[in-house]
Amino acid sequence: MAKITYQHPNGTVTVVDVEAPNTVMRGAKLNNVEGIEAQCGGSAQCGTCHVYIDPANTLPLPAMDDVEDDVLYGTACERSEFSRLSCQLPVSDAIDGLLVHLPEAQS
Amino acid sequence: MAADSVVVAGAGQAGADTAAALRAKGFTGRITLIGDEPGGPCDRPPLSKGYLTGAVAPEETVLRPPSFYAAQDIELMAGHRVASVDRDRHTVCLASGLRLPYGTLVLATGCRPRTLPVPGASLSGVLTLRGTADAEDLRLRLSGSPKRVVVVGAGFIGLEVAATARGLGHEVTVVEAQPRALARALTPVMAERVVTGHRDAGVRVLLGREVTALYGDGTGRVRVMELDGGERIAADLVVVGIGVVPNTDLALGAGLGVGDGIVVDSHLRTDDPDIYAIGDCARFPSPYAGRHIRLESVQNATDQARCVAAAICGEPAPYTAVPWFWSEQYGLRLQMAGLTAAPDETVTVGDVAGGRFSVLCFRGGLLIGAESLNRPADHGITRRLLAAGTGPSPEAAREPGFDLKTFARPPAPVRGRAPVQERQTTPV
Ligand SMILES: Cc1cc2nc3c(=O)[nH]c(=O)nc-3n(C[C@H](O)[C@H](O)[C@H](O)COP(=O)(O)OP(=O)(O)OC[C@H]3O[C@@H](n4cnc5c(N)ncnc54)[C@H](O)[C@@H]3O)c2cc1C
Ligand code: FES
Repeated sequence: MAKITYQHPNGTVTVVDVEAPNTVMRGAKLNNVEGIEAQCGGSAQCGTCHVYIDPANTLPLPAMDDVEDDVLYGTACERSEFSRLSCQLPVSDAIDGLLVHLPEAQS
Repeated sequence: MAADSVVVAGAGQAGADTAAALRAKGFTGRITLIGDEPGGPCDRPPLSKGYLTGAVAPEETVLRPPSFYAAQDIELMAGHRVASVDRDRHTVCLASGLRLPYGTLVLATGCRPRTLPVPGASLSGVLTLRGTADAEDLRLRLSGSPKRVVVVGAGFIGLEVAATARGLGHEVTVVEAQPRALARALTPVMAERVVTGHRDAGVRVLLGREVTALYGDGTGRVRVMELDGGERIAADLVVVGIGVVPNTDLALGAGLGVGDGIVVDSHLRTDDPDIYAIGDCARFPSPYAGRHIRLESVQNATDQARCVAAAICGEPAPYTAVPWFWSEQYGLRLQMAGLTAAPDETVTVGDVAGGRFSVLCFRGGLLIGAESLNRPADHGITRRLLAAGTGPSPEAAREPGFDLKTFARPPAPVRGRAPVQERQTTPV
């Protein structure tokens, strides 16, 4: 179980508890967090689950693979060095307290 | 009156996403989601892919768990069929006889598979694939010893099933009536590459051949398929993927405009301002096609759901989302953006033989879409370019060394750049 915080573009935040083996994407979908569309259901096809990891983050996240890197070229909002696909971020105790920022648009 | 109550007829991708989007937007009225499938809304894409191999577990094909609907105060009536709509009284009547009032009605009834119009089509072992029950039946039949599987129809579902069955070690034949595979969906270059992939994997692909009859053994199980010209092939299992028919009965019965789908305007409204139609069953004016079309994709279902939810919440806007679709066969990533039927010019970039390339499609010198095989960056970039209307010219795309990544934006990630949001946190 991990607490994940999604910060919306207007500054408000939604904090939810997410169980393993879900992903950060699925945590948002299960709690109807607006701003994550995830049209491909988590198969790294659509780029509509784009998030920016908080720059101050120190929690361990898996490295990005080539497919994720490529999919991030197509995000609706500008990609940055903090960009990730939330469907490629598995939830575990190790990322309890993760803060992610949602982009202005996903599609 | 139930002016602020929304009834959604059809609990699939589009219906479930409408209910979720309404709540996410802050809609506080009553939401009733009625669907005739017993399990509630399911995620269909895995049903022709990972579900059949066991890579995707049954519980993962549930779009959202039952607790979601309870938490969001969405009344999910799974296993219920809407039998008719009474527009004058603003009520729907269920097959059980129950009547429910609505302020706004959303028709999200999807499609059903077309069945094979030949003798023997109702033999045991002749299947179509739409819901979880179909997929479970097919999964069980594919789980045993090697069988002779014949897939009728070389569209996406047929080819995905063929790839999956072949991957499980079955002997697979694909029979397609058109002279080429994926004729309506893909350019010849891409379709041919996909067929080559199947042939390389040992699938027999018969193009331009029609099924004329199926014959069973003494117990009513399918055994033989007969093709035009009289050729017979052995078949222990026949999977029919020859397209779908939109579920328009409710709309027809209510006197709404119907013609290969429920006809809606640019705001996805039917002839009745209180009734919308979305997803696979809706025929809408597409700015990308320049005419009314029907699309069968997750993207279209979820984007139309959000469009309608916004309208119900008082933010009406025309539906203009960029169409896109994906397919997976033998682990290959095939993605389509825009509407690529009938381009007048195509430019292929990348490595065709190596299976990593994109076909950029143009009409009148404008980019109208792209098909990508194992080039996800090209796909995503094309979607953004189409949304912005700023694609490359065909001449630019033909320049040696042309790359969409460099055309569209500077190489990413941009070092030292802060994330887009740097705002004050307002705890809630
Ligand atoms: C096997 C398979 C694989 C697919 N793969 C992909 C893919 O890889 N990528 C992609 O983009 N798309 C894919 N699709 C297409 C995608 O799943 C559909 O476009 C999407 O589900 C459409 O959503 P919908 O809500 O319009 O229809 P559906 O999801 O079909 O939902 C409609 C629901 O309404 C119900 N219904 C109909 N009439 C009534 C009534 N009178 N009363 C109550 N309920 C009713 C139906 O039973 C159904 O449950 C696939 C589809 C299938 C079948
Ligand atoms: S959900 Fe589609 S890329 Fe993450």
